[in-house]
Amino acid sequence: MTGEREKGSTTMAMQDHTGLSPGGATATATDASVADGADGADVARDVRLAIYRRQMLIRGVEKRAYDLFLRNLVRGTSHLAIGQEAVAAGFATAMRPDDYTFATYRGHHHALARGAPPAGLLAELVGRTNGLMRGRGGSMHITSVAQGMYGSYAIIGAHLPIAAGAAWSALYRRSGQVSVCFFGDGTTNIGAFHEALNLAAVWKLPVVYVCENNLYMEYTNTRSVTAVDHPAADRAASYGLERIVIDGNDPDVVYTTACVALGRARAGGGPSLVEALTYRHGGHSRADPGKYRPEEEVKAWMTRDPVPMYRERLIGLGVASSELDALDQEISALVDQATREASEGPEPGVSEIERDLWADGGASWRR
Amino acid sequence: MAEVTYRESIGYGMAQELDRDPTVVLVGEDVGAAGHVFKSTVGLFERFGPGRVFDTPISEQAFVGAAMGAAMTGLRPIVMLMYADFFGVCWDTVANEIAKTRYMTGGQVEVPLVIQADNGAGLRMGAQHSQSVESWAMAVPGLKVAVPSTPVDVVGLMAAAVRCDDPVLVLTHKYLYATKGEIPDGEIVAELGRAVVRRPGTSATVVALGAMVPEALRAAELLEAEGVSLEVIDLRCLVPLDVSTVIESVARTSRLFTVEENPRLCGWGAELVSIVAEEALWSIDGPIVRITTPHVPVPAAPVLEDAVLPRAARIAERIRAALG
Ligand SMILES: Cc1ncc(C[n+]2csc(CCOP(=O)(O)OP(=O)(O)O)c2C)c(N)n1
Ligand SMILES: [Mg+2]
Repeated sequence: MTGEREKGSTTMAMQDHTGLSPGGATATATDASVADGADGADVARDVRLAIYRRQMLIRGVEKRAYDLFLRNLVRGTSHLAIGQEAVAAGFATAMRPDDYTFATYRGHHHALARGAPPAGLLAELVGRTNGLMRGRGGSMHITSVAQGMYGSYAIIGAHLPIAAGAAWSALYRRSGQVSVCFFGDGTTNIGAFHEALNLAAVWKLPVVYVCENNLYMEYTNTRSVTAVDHPAADRAASYGLERIVIDGNDPDVVYTTACVALGRARAGGGPSLVEALTYRHGGHSRADPGKYRPEEEVKAWMTRDPVPMYRERLIGLGVASSELDALDQEISALVDQATREASEGPEPGVSEIERDLWADGGASWRR
Repeated sequence: MAEVTYRESIGYGMAQELDRDPTVVLVGEDVGAAGHVFKSTVGLFERFGPGRVFDTPISEQAFVGAAMGAAMTGLRPIVMLMYADFFGVCWDTVANEIAKTRYMTGGQVEVPLVIQADNGAGLRMGAQHSQSVESWAMAVPGLKVAVPSTPVDVVGLMAAAVRCDDPVLVLTHKYLYATKGEIPDGEIVAELGRAVVRRPGTSATVVALGAMVPEALRAAELLEAEGVSLEVIDLRCLVPLDVSTVIESVARTSRLFTVEENPRLCGWGAELVSIVAEEALWSIDGPIVRITTPHVPVPAAPVLEDAVLPRAARIAERIRAALG
């Protein structure tokens, strides 16, 4: 009934920039085929290749973003997801093209996984008009509605209710869409987390809340300021939800978990709360060397880097390394091309300042 | 033509929109079968059902945020926040998320929602249930702000707000809930950002908003007997702000007064007066005076609350003194 006004991905999700055909991988592993388990054992080959591709794309673009920062081309702040690729890749591969993604300021990986154009993302980071938000949003607000990426939010917890609202709207419109909301471990201690979970449970909303537990809130270990061991999962019972803790560095586990949760939401079973254990390889944001983390801990997690781990798994499963090499090269060329497009984009003109505050396209407040 | 109370006009206006557009939903605490704390939605739940009228938990961040998410994806929610003071617990959602999202996303996302709240003092409720928050909202780029002073304007501005593709705060004034007015038959739609001259006059322009409009009109009656002819403008909206109606009036009367219920500092009148000073100073013949609540929280005791609020007698007295 509201299709014409919904700017959502139903009509535009075809512009997927991962290089994957939209929905192709998802179609081979239906929600039903994995409904009984989420151990990641039976993921189809083409799904795995799609996940692999998403992970490589995220890693490539995030490393490039870091290079651009070192060259002083990315100003302000940025929060990279190097090390957390599996959560984004696993979920995005399981999602329908018209599902909604809501993320935090650490959200590049989710935008890329959904198929947002890497050139538009990098252009946004360097403040150009060809940026996804025309240079008005910046790193912390990456949004690409055409692929269902409904925004990156920089106030802790704020987007959990908003994601619930998108799910409410999907339910109201009977569209079958699911809203997926990613946030950090530190976010579980703010009121909006608890308010949103309660509302989602009470209204049985088709929303999947995914806590990317990377152990830290900025520079403090989250466990040291949280009453429970598992900041998300140990709270699930308060909202009548199942306790789910998964290995967030195993994309197959993430993918199968996502399929179950998405399937439940689509079938009217209400929300899920997933805690995915993962780790960021760098500091919290651009300049942070992350020295507050014990060396042993960092080392241990670096050996569990989801990108090389997944490559090894695929080779072990019989995928030719030459096939993966070709894919890697393709991605690397794509990232170079995106960087060129981004840096060649024009700087925004000052006329941008008074654009798009209001629906009429302008910013006038008087008559 | 129907005579309705201001209180009833809130539900009347919402019903008009719920009836017209299936993407409109109503959400808030006690808005369903209970008919709202102020009884302003009585009958809506019975008429539109639980599929359109949604009771929420006491979770202002959750339901205002959810309304935003729904507005981003195809619905046109009307949120009832209850006391306007409760903006304090969801101000992040309102000021950081709802207001900024269209701009920040380069126009990719729109947030067509309405937040109605019960604003203002006069009911002896104390400082946390009596504030006039319109100036808070006015200060945030990306929010439109409507403040109706009559039942027909409640209906018309509610319609304009629901049909607007931008977020609009509709701040109804609870001191006016028992007042009555005529609502003509047929569809009622006002225009956001259009002030109205409630009473023509020649001696001075008095700009008022919400519950201050009837007070200013009573002050004008008091002064009429003394040969002072006040022109009273009901601003009706703060964003967009109808500067031209005010400047056009001041050009004729040469004097300007504002009557604001908000505390003194940074009230909407300060902005209006500064614009007039910048653009129409040569029209002005004498001091511009802002009549506001003193810069204190609203006290509860009747005698104290009455003393802080601009009421007709005090307004008349200030204007009389200023006009000499
Ligand atoms: C309401 C609010 N408080 C504080 C901050 C500052 N801040 C930004 S990121 C962050 C840490 C968040 O940690 P977590 O939720 O674990 O996410 P992560 O950065 O690890 O992805 C904090 C405290 C903020 N943005 N918003
Ligand atoms: Mg964290």
